[in-house]
Amino acid sequence: MFVSMNWINDFVELGGLDIDQLIHRFTLSTAEVEGIEHKGEDVRDVVVGEIISCEDHPDSDHLHVLKVDAGSEVFDVVCGAPNARCGIKTAFAKTGGSVCGMEIKPAKLRGVMSYGMCCSAKEIGISDDHAGIMELDPSLANGTDIKDVFPIDDIVFEVDNKSLTNRPDLWGHYGIAREFAALTGRQLVTLPIMEPDNTGDASVSVTIKDSDLCLRYTSIRIENITKHVSPEQMQIRLYYCGSRAINLLADITNYIMLELGQPMHAFDGKKIDRIVIDTPKEPFRFTTLDGNEREITTDTLMIYNDTVPVAIAGIMGGLDSEIVDDTDTLVLESANFDGVSIRKSASRMALRTDASARYEKTLDPEMTMLAAKRFIKLLHDADDGIRFASSITDVYAKKYPEIKIPFSKAFLDRYTGIDISSDRIESTLLSLGFGVVRTGDDFDITVPSYRATKDISMQADIVEEITRIYGYDNFEIKTTFEPLLPARRTVLRSNENTVKDILVRRYCLHEVHSRIWCDPDDLKTLGLSPEKNVYLLGSSEEKETGILRRSMMQCLLPFVYKNRSFADTFGIFEIGRTVNGEREDKTADERRMLGIVLYSKEESEKSLYMQGVDIVNTIVSEIKHKKAGYKKNETEHAWQHPKNTTSLFADDVRFGVMNTLHPSTLSKIAKNCAAVCIEIDMDIFDGIEASELDFNEPSRFPAVDYDLSLVVPEGVRFEDMEKCWNAADDPALSSVSVIDIYDQGGTRSITARFSFVLENRTLTSEEVQKSIDGILEKLSQLSVTLRA
Amino acid sequence: MKEKINELKERFAKELSSVTDQKSLEELRLAFLSKKGQVSQLMQELYKIPAEQKKEAGQLINSFKQDISAHFDRKMEEIRKMEEECLINSAESYDETLPENRRRGSYHPITLVQRELEDIFGSMGFDIEDYSEIVDDYHCFEALNIPKFHPARDMQDTYYLSTESQLLKSHTSAAQNAIMYKYGKLLKENGRPIRAVFPGRCFRNEAIDACHENTFFQMEGIMIDKDISISNLIYFMKTMLSEVFETDITVRLRPGFFPFVEPGFELDIQCMICGGSGCSSCKNSGWLELCPCGMIHPNVLRYGGINTEEDPYKYTGFAFGLGLTRLAMMKYGVKDIRTFNEGNLRALSQFVSR
Repeated sequence: MFVSMNWINDFVELGGLDIDQLIHRFTLSTAEVEGIEHKGEDVRDVVVGEIISCEDHPDSDHLHVLKVDAGSEVFDVVCGAPNARCGIKTAFAKTGGSVCGMEIKPAKLRGVMSYGMCCSAKEIGISDDHAGIMELDPSLANGTDIKDVFPIDDIVFEVDNKSLTNRPDLWGHYGIAREFAALTGRQLVTLPIMEPDNTGDASVSVTIKDSDLCLRYTSIRIENITKHVSPEQMQIRLYYCGSRAINLLADITNYIMLELGQPMHAFDGKKIDRIVIDTPKEPFRFTTLDGNEREITTDTLMIYNDTVPVAIAGIMGGLDSEIVDDTDTLVLESANFDGVSIRKSASRMALRTDASARYEKTLDPEMTMLAAKRFIKLLHDADDGIRFASSITDVYAKKYPEIKIPFSKAFLDRYTGIDISSDRIESTLLSLGFGVVRTGDDFDITVPSYRATKDISMQADIVEEITRIYGYDNFEIKTTFEPLLPARRTVLRSNENTVKDILVRRYCLHEVHSRIWCDPDDLKTLGLSPEKNVYLLGSSEEKETGILRRSMMQCLLPFVYKNRSFADTFGIFEIGRTVNGEREDKTADERRMLGIVLYSKEESEKSLYMQGVDIVNTIVSEIKHKKAGYKKNETEHAWQHPKNTTSLFADDVRFGVMNTLHPSTLSKIAKNCAAVCIEIDMDIFDGIEASELDFNEPSRFPAVDYDLSLVVPEGVRFEDMEKCWNAADDPALSSVSVIDIYDQGGTRSITARFSFVLENRTLTSEEVQKSIDGILEKLSQLSVTLRA
Repeated sequence: MKEKINELKERFAKELSSVTDQKSLEELRLAFLSKKGQVSQLMQELYKIPAEQKKEAGQLINSFKQDISAHFDRKMEEIRKMEEECLINSAESYDETLPENRRRGSYHPITLVQRELEDIFGSMGFDIEDYSEIVDDYHCFEALNIPKFHPARDMQDTYYLSTESQLLKSHTSAAQNAIMYKYGKLLKENGRPIRAVFPGRCFRNEAIDACHENTFFQMEGIMIDKDISISNLIYFMKTMLSEVFETDITVRLRPGFFPFVEPGFELDIQCMICGGSGCSSCKNSGWLELCPCGMIHPNVLRYGGINTEEDPYKYTGFAFGLGLTRLAMMKYGVKDIRTFNEGNLRALSQFVSR
């Protein structure tokens, strides 16, 4: 919203103060100012000039050559305005002066010298009218400074509308003037109003059908309107505040909306007999005054003339009852509608107007009468021939209760942590319009109606009123004092941190972030489509959003694809959320998942897969001090390889899955590449109890290593052999490691090193041999034999 | 005998001087000092010597033996040193500036900033909490004093889900209620203040460009105790932000409207680039809007089970929200917000570590 300081000055006298500084204080105490503009700063040496001669330019079909009497001097001027003619007075910028930030210099136009410029209203910045040069009151003396004719100089600042969301009272200049009065300690002027001189029966009949939707409706019929153009000052203020002059009646309604924040509507008096405020029984189409036809639903509050709809309440009037330039009778609407209802209707119709934006904020219904009387005052000032058909009609269907809040200095001191005097509390609240009854350091506060609609209802609200005017910069700041207690440790974060450290520092992977939903286009590139899952509402047409992911891979695999030229070998990971469909209670089954993809064009799939195994083993052993288990699994997703999709276990708890890619997906990423996916459910993983670190005192006697070259038939996994020697239950066997693996045909040769040691003495070679024989015997059950 | 020894001495001295490596030195040693070596032979010759001269001759031989042993040792040490010298001289001087081609991993910049902040908050006694990304309407809005039809709930801002009244959390404040319930009992029974931060992903339905993202990170913090005041809030924010930016920060508060705080503030920090005199980074204002904060609204404390309707101000507290994504952009000079979520390793791989 734009605020004109000239306008503010009507209500609080700010002479002698640094206005820019004051506006800065407004930011710190009331609402955020987005910018300050000094209007008229670039208009210099513009005077009333009379065109005393006007001839056609010899070399142009539209230019004129003028002589302009600027009071002290007559200038030759070339002018292209269609309305330039002899005898009119206009705004004339002399050589050396400036308009629009541009200096006026002598110039040759098509061979004729021009000394100065006749200006349009747009050029001196008071309107967007650029159809021709200004035509001024003929009674003005030539040479009069234009700034003495029009209030061009002004300081206008823009307030961020969002910071006014909770302040319905600040949607007009009068409320903002009240803030300035409180900030400066100066007096707020009472708003000049006028009572209608007709005390007869109200002639406008008003019926409110639902008092929840229309709280108050104030109206009057005014006749014999003969003036149709609003005063220059009003037009300029409207323009400076982002509005536009239309005609006298429309301008006054807009002016009051900007002044008090009370939207108003003027109906053509000929079209209105009996006002009814109601919602329609059936949906219908209605043409608003902007000429658009709108769909009206049954929950849209409408204004009717008896049964004929004439306006969408609080949003926009109808075309048929609009004020036209020769309207001589009007019916005024100054009403209060329910904010939520207006908001819903406006957003449903995508028709957010200045009026609806204000109603949404929950306006003060007390204001409708004040605004009506202000309207009468302003209209009468402009057109003193008006007649009031009757007194004001006022239907006040629903009042807000008066809000009283007990308050004390002690409460304020506790909540602020500083000491603010009771005198200061009292004077601040009074200046903001609160009712205050003070008993020493205790107060009974009455909230003014314009703050009582939803803004202020409790002590904490009163604290804000006092402290913001007091100034947060003036606060003494203090630490708190509490018992010294250790911070709690959370498993979740520490595990996440350890996992990330392992993956980044040891395995050189890159952490990425992706979105929680699938990008169908990205998946399509890999020959995949989003799987059925919970989806975002209202996003069916949007390309980027839609179905939530079931697996991290739906986002990570496209990332691998996009980075395939980044390096021949790389890996990425993310700890993110996936949604595993709906739970029984119909809520989304959100999972915290670690996803890892290893990718290489250099390494074999097998070696990449074994790196994956290494990663899983490391994570499980470093965080849980346990051994990871693997079990081949059916595929669950299209990208998983049917043969190498493996469930990951610790303590028989399945916490994840690892797989190579299905050839159809893999081939889409790149030719001759390999990729391995790991996905770990972090919530399940966190839930697995970590074993204590298992420390074994090393034996002080030498260990004996014994290498065996074993021939392992197809289908026998290493863990099967492990079970054999574990089953031998030999206390001397301390570890088994693999020295060499050699695959030939279906069989595999593994050279394993068996290490034996006793803690109390050195083993004899006979004892070792006996152990080896025992192991070999067990292995023979798997048809594992010694290589010849 | 004496002559023989002298003769051997001379021979030994001559041969020793021509020795240059350990192998020939060993040969020489064997020639003189082994069982069949010269010295042993001399000893064997002792029996031919008359008894009265035996003692003297024996002494001569022994002293000869000690003499040459000492020479051997010295020579040995000399040769060892010489050979070491040779090794050193022939060694290659390596070029450390050759590229080593070792791959290096990287953390996401949000992780780096988040860890740093968690360390700071941890050191100030805050618990680090986590929360789901999918939340229900109650926690995201209602419990935060954002009633139905409040502007913040507009469809264009929030991602609603196909499940029953669920949505993608639009702000980390959605966790406030749950955290109040989690720690409220300890506050009321043991007097342990609630101090917690909860970083997390947030979602707003916005068109994406260099400055706007639909998926971003915030970090929310709350502190609740018996007499928490606005003065405490300002102190804490200033201390915390000075720690974050590793320099003494000037802050200012101005009114800001958020339904879940009362009073609510926008906290600005003095622009660190221009020092407050105005520059392009701060749009010539000298201040940067950094984080919303405020005293937790009495209704929110009540919904969180901290206070009762009868005693709505028994405990007070403050809350603040930091834009982690924004902080990461400031810290690392990331100009395009899309960098965070589009997974381009050319960008992300640069964040090697803190």
